[in-house]
Amino acid sequence: MLNKITQPIDFQAKALSLRAERQRTIASNIANADTPGYVARDFKFADAMRDVNAMSDLTLKMSPSGDAAASAGHAAAAAGMSQPGHIPLPVLSTTSLQQGYAVASQPAMDNNTVDLDRERANFVDNSVRYEATLRFINGYTKTILSAIQGQ
Amino acid sequence: MSMFSIFNVSGSAISAQSQRLNVVASNLANADAVAGPDGQTYKARQVVFQTVPMADNGTTAGVKVTAVTENNTPGRKDFDPYHPMADAEGFVAHSNVNPVEEMVNMISASRAYQNNVEVMNTAKSLLLKTLQMGS
Repeated sequence: MLNKITQPIDFQAKALSLRAERQRTIASNIANADTPGYVARDFKFADAMRDVNAMSDLTLKMSPSGDAAASAGHAAAAAGMSQPGHIPLPVLSTTSLQQGYAVASQPAMDNNTVDLDRERANFVDNSVRYEATLRFINGYTKTILSAIQGQ
Repeated sequence: MSMFSIFNVSGSAISAQSQRLNVVASNLANADAVAGPDGQTYKARQVVFQTVPMADNGTTAGVKVTAVTENNTPGRKDFDPYHPMADAEGFVAHSNVNPVEEMVNMISASRAYQNNVEVMNTAKSLLLKTLQMGS
């Protein structure tokens, strides 16, 4: 029953993680706007979200038994487990994210494919969506809390 | 914490761009310098940017200045026999700085700097809002 309460937040948390990842990718593109030979990176949010949702049932469900520790060896290290008694935390692995290359809108002499206008637009768009996801989480927690407290 | 590395990325870009701005300032300051007693004129300098990977997944990339190169094209020579630094034929050697190029470089550097500051500010406000999640 508790699962039904936390499931929507789980989904939003994954979306938030991916938004943060995209924000980082775009920040890298903006930082490298003047670097010769740099190739702009980006990923499709919808595809990434689908991938994360598909793998979540397999990789995110970790029990404290030895089986989980063996199957998620490197995930355990990522979660900060240093003792065998530690209970593994679910880790959203964004390292396996499929990153694509942004298509150059116009050729540059130094082979840099960053389109600063597009990156800025993407950056603003992504930060608004990040904030929206945060608000969804906040709104949902408020709803559940008021249902629990009944006032 | 993926959002925190934005500060590393944009910070590296800011420091690289400010180094570029420094070089432009040095070039512009010496734009009208003539050759000293050793006959050497000031040579225009330029920074070389390079991408540095920041995280293990290879997509987060900062910038660093790998080298400061000197422009070796010969500078302008003016015929001014009464100038104290004139050579035997009456020519004065100037530096090879092109002020127009430097101004363009300066505007580009300052815009890139501003962009990165804005990225950091946005990341900061998003992180602050994340901290207040659930309240």
